[in-house]
Amino acid sequence: MRKALLTGVLSATALAYMAAAANASTLDDVKKKGFVQCGVNTGLAGFASPDSKGNWVGFDVDICRAVAAAIFGDGSKVKFTPTTAKERFTALQSGEIDLLSRNTTWTETRDTELGFNFAGVNYYDGQGFMINAKKLSGVTSALQLSGASVCVQTGTTTELNLADYFKANHMEYNPVVFEKLEETNAAYDSGRCDVYTTDQSGLYAIRLSLKNPDDHVVLPEIISKEPLGPAVRQGDDQWFDLVKWTLNAMIIAEEDGITQANVEEMKNSDKPEIKRVLGQEKGSKYGADLGVSEDWVVNIVKAVGNYGESFERNLGQGSPLKIKRGLNQLWSKGGILYAPPIR
Amino acid sequence: MQEHDLSFVRVEMINAEAPPRSAQGLGHWLHTNMFASVTDSVLTIVGIAILVLVLPPLVDWLFLSAQWTGTDRSFCATTVQGGVRPDGWSGACWAFVADKFQQFIYGRYPAAERWRVDLVAVMFIALLTPLLIPSVPRKALNALLLFIVFPVVAFVLLLGGWFGLTHVETPLWGGLMVTLILSFVGISVSLPCGVILALGRRSRLPVIKAVCVAFIELVRGVPLVTVLFMASVMLPLFLPPGTYFDKLLRAIVGVAIFASAYMAEVIRGGLQAIPKGQFEGADSLGLTYAQKMRLIILPQAVKLVIPGIVSEFIGLFKDTTLVYVIGMFDLLGSVQQNFSDASWATAQTPMTGLVFAGFIYFVFCAGMSRYSMFMERRLDTGHKR
Repeated sequence: MRKALLTGVLSATALAYMAAAANASTLDDVKKKGFVQCGVNTGLAGFASPDSKGNWVGFDVDICRAVAAAIFGDGSKVKFTPTTAKERFTALQSGEIDLLSRNTTWTETRDTELGFNFAGVNYYDGQGFMINAKKLSGVTSALQLSGASVCVQTGTTTELNLADYFKANHMEYNPVVFEKLEETNAAYDSGRCDVYTTDQSGLYAIRLSLKNPDDHVVLPEIISKEPLGPAVRQGDDQWFDLVKWTLNAMIIAEEDGITQANVEEMKNSDKPEIKRVLGQEKGSKYGADLGVSEDWVVNIVKAVGNYGESFERNLGQGSPLKIKRGLNQLWSKGGILYAPPIR
Repeated sequence: MQEHDLSFVRVEMINAEAPPRSAQGLGHWLHTNMFASVTDSVLTIVGIAILVLVLPPLVDWLFLSAQWTGTDRSFCATTVQGGVRPDGWSGACWAFVADKFQQFIYGRYPAAERWRVDLVAVMFIALLTPLLIPSVPRKALNALLLFIVFPVVAFVLLLGGWFGLTHVETPLWGGLMVTLILSFVGISVSLPCGVILALGRRSRLPVIKAVCVAFIELVRGVPLVTVLFMASVMLPLFLPPGTYFDKLLRAIVGVAIFASAYMAEVIRGGLQAIPKGQFEGADSLGLTYAQKMRLIILPQAVKLVIPGIVSEFIGLFKDTTLVYVIGMFDLLGSVQQNFSDASWATAQTPMTGLVFAGFIYFVFCAGMSRYSMFMERRLDTGHKR
């Protein structure tokens, strides 16, 4: 109810804003300001968190830096606004931020009623289950979990998905609900419940802080679709295109094997595709069409690397989280990442 | 003839005898304080048992087994967790606090500019200390410097943008610095505003009274967290695009308004405790309203409610953590935010961070509390019963 009311108010006010927002070009504003104002999570391991020096690092943060690099050729020309789950949409609607890169699930309501455009999916997430494999040895599938007690955070869509899943499969379960993430973790770690459920990327982060991480396994079932991606305001197609193609460029760079280390070398490559992507083709105007310089992809890759590099550094083997690529692997390697070509 | 007084008259005092053995020493102290009755004995034994159970593991966790140095999570994680510690190890991860200490204090304030924060802190201590010590002269000048000049200087120094100082925008502020700024503004605004509101509420002029009552009741009727949240989420939607109020400013205004309303009620309690004779006595001397309040009523009223005022201050100091809901990071916010740093995620990190934050809050709150007790004793002028 509260949610519905809030959404109603937000969308009503959002409509009023669309008119205002459509007049101004975000890209021009950003160029005038000299930086991108980017909304990120207040703190989510791997996606957006402060490092030891207080700099923002993470997978979502890299999207912000990539956009800044595309525009200014400098990935540091970005200012971060940490937003809470409730604040994020207002911040984008009111123009406080230019871009929302905050592990936000792309849904129909958000795309239409709230007046956003999702520039793509940078992480395919989904709700999963984690169990203590020592305690529940022999369980290899979520379908064997009938009668289990499940630790879940209250007030989230996670709780609803959980109920749907068990009902749909005619299984019984005892929900053990908690208000806070820390409480839920502690309860699961002390064995108060058999199963922990939340988004899979979250499960890996939680596993890090358990007493015996190796005893716990994340089950293969994904019970909901959570495509996370950067969002912009509706009504400014130029800005929308730029963010969308920044993300695409990162994926294409991985496909073409362009990395942070070899990007300068690759500029001299004689493969037409690579020449085209890196703006080395004669009379190239892909950058100009987006309103940025021709070497925009070079700048992006120099700033944050290609998609795979950013993933491995923040979430994968280069990070303590050690999340496997899974769905977030290139289409040619068994995942579903697929970027339209630059041509 | 010389008169002989046969009765004995002692011309000097006899030395006091030592108390009997049963009424002195450790045995006596134990008997009266620890084992005076059966109930006392049971309570003492239970108390000691609890201490024996709790203290050694606590000391062990906090100090003996604690990890003091390190550069990432592996120093605070057991081997199965991917670290270097033996299996079953549990201890505070002070390395995490050490690594993040700068952030806990300054937030994301640029490292090269942190001397400005340090300078403001030094000025604050230099001005506050003499004000708190009763024997140091020139209190009026001191207060003027602390409450009028210092905020302006601190504002210019911290924000920058003038006199060749780099501009440091408020979203970069954080940590203990923000906690102290919010509390300082809240405390120094709430006391004068609270006095004015309390006097207004007792005024015989109906409009003033109505305005003050309405303000106090309205503010006290709404939770602070709601107001902060509304200011952060709803306000931007109603303002024209491009209008942007600084988040820190919003929080400061919210906190100051709240503290004033609560303070007004505390002070009103003090005013009500002043006997009518004091008012009449002041009137009979021909004092004006302002003189009467300033010289007779308020000094007595405020003195009576020092514990209440300090409770408000302490409450305010801790309430500043609520700015976390609007995406600002005070001390507790910075600590919690850093739990999400995957390179420090271990089972020990959150507990260590929270113990650290709790300790800092305790130091400040206990300091305020002890000072208020000192002030109460000093200002006590014989109403003690």
